[in-house]
Amino acid sequence: MSEAAATNTPAKTKEENKNIKLVNDATCTFCGCVCDDMDLTVDTDENKITKAKNACILGKAWFFEHTIDHERPVAMIDGKEVSVEDAIEEAAQTLVNAKFPITYGLSDTTCEAQKQAVAITDLIRGNIDTTTSVCHGPSGMAFQGVGEMTMTLGEVKNRADLVIYWGGNPAESHPRHFGRYSVMPKGMFVPNGKKDRYIVLVDVRKTKSAGVANEFIQPKPGKDFEILWALRALVKGKKINNSIEKETGVSIETLENLVDRMKNCQFGVLFFGMGLTMTRGRHFNSGALLSLATDLNEYTHFVAKPVRGHGNVTGADNVVSWQTGYPFGVNFSYGFPRFNPGEFTTTDLLSRGEVDAAMIIASDPGSNFPKAAIEHMHKIPVISLDTKPTATSKLAHVAFATSTYGINTSGTVYRMDDVPITLRPAFESPFPSDEEILTAIKNRVHELVKAKRYRN
Amino acid sequence: MAETMILVPGRSSSQGTSLNEGKLKDEYKKVTSTAELNEKDMKRLKLKDGDKIRLKSDVGQTVVTCKSKKDEELPSGMIFIPYGPPSSELMASDTAGSGMPLSKHMEVTVTKAR
Repeated sequence: MSEAAATNTPAKTKEENKNIKLVNDATCTFCGCVCDDMDLTVDTDENKITKAKNACILGKAWFFEHTIDHERPVAMIDGKEVSVEDAIEEAAQTLVNAKFPITYGLSDTTCEAQKQAVAITDLIRGNIDTTTSVCHGPSGMAFQGVGEMTMTLGEVKNRADLVIYWGGNPAESHPRHFGRYSVMPKGMFVPNGKKDRYIVLVDVRKTKSAGVANEFIQPKPGKDFEILWALRALVKGKKINNSIEKETGVSIETLENLVDRMKNCQFGVLFFGMGLTMTRGRHFNSGALLSLATDLNEYTHFVAKPVRGHGNVTGADNVVSWQTGYPFGVNFSYGFPRFNPGEFTTTDLLSRGEVDAAMIIASDPGSNFPKAAIEHMHKIPVISLDTKPTATSKLAHVAFATSTYGINTSGTVYRMDDVPITLRPAFESPFPSDEEILTAIKNRVHELVKAKRYRN
Repeated sequence: MAETMILVPGRSSSQGTSLNEGKLKDEYKKVTSTAELNEKDMKRLKLKDGDKIRLKSDVGQTVVTCKSKKDEELPSGMIFIPYGPPSSELMASDTAGSGMPLSKHMEVTVTKAR
């Protein structure tokens, strides 16, 4: 007779015997939406998340796939397992002895870790840049040039009756953007949700995002600037030459109708993606869109916001800005921060072969940078911090395996609208956090730099 | 016969989910090595779903699998591929002083790979 039958209680299934923990209002840090309404079910025996209520397809993959890989060493030098202390010593020596070291990445880690990375770069008089430079870096340049009519996503949810997406596919890159913030939600001044809003999608491809749009506008590739400038002219009451349709693929009538809608809405928003920043024109495209939003404030309330990618790329902009005065591409070689995209941005520095050491945190330029940059990474000592093996960690001289922010470690991240959110971790990891490793490197770098200064 | 087209790399759902599994895993490699072409372009180039094509830019080349998309979804002359190592292989490093390489509007030639 089984024990359960003897005590007259039903036998527990294998599932019921597990130690389960619920974490409510956890935050997903996969994309820039940073949704903070996740209800997670955690199997604390196996240290894995088994359910993620409210998560989108990308969020589910994020929570379910970040498990503990017990086979992976915490620290390696040239592919061989070493102690964390030895790896920290080697990383610090590499950075201090380099003539032109760089720090790069940072968009998938906490603000607390980002802060340590800036401090290290300052101490070694290196160069710090984030994945922003190959994301919305051009928009960052445009902000400085023409300003930003900004808002929070909460304002969009409660007020926006005209929502225009330009050069992006949130249905696949930010799946909950529509449902949680901009299209579907019922808000204070849009009580009927989508019925009270007009949604426009402007893109060179008819993507899955077109499904929610009332209107889809398909320009020819690389013609965004021309269309945005034509819209600015129309907003100001200027006449546009008929050749615009042949040039851009969009008719004057379509542009006039859009201008009419933009001028007559109550609260308009332009969300823009990397279709603007990664194509010909780059910061001029973003600048044209931001100027259009500014112009429209002569007639109504209009705002613009880049749809940011990685979970804490917005935090990286904020931290680097408040610590150095500039958002990305910052150089400390003179002992004070200087900003110059094209000169101090990582693609350029690596492709030109100028740097002799690199610390890469929570990103994978070894896979997604141009060939010339990757080739140079193979020639110099690279220090990598990442939660999973990547092309970058494979080529690294010193590789740290770290825990996952938001799943294993707490900290602060910024949503794409610059709203800071505190993370609620689900389970502990045997791997150290990025912040712990970076703090240890910083402390050792500080000692080495001090000793070097006294020697000289 | 080689034809010149515009390559537009970008994000896709499957690129996002496979990225979480691991960038060195087979699924991610498969997803980022599958290019979408306009159905009419594929017919003209005598290509069918699953064929291998060679994409060549001024700086590099790569061989990927092709898949057709309807005319209304992807215009003729345009290729879409999820971001990944194959699209990086074709990307030039010049950023025109901006820090940003042209990552979404690359001119490539397309030929059937033998």
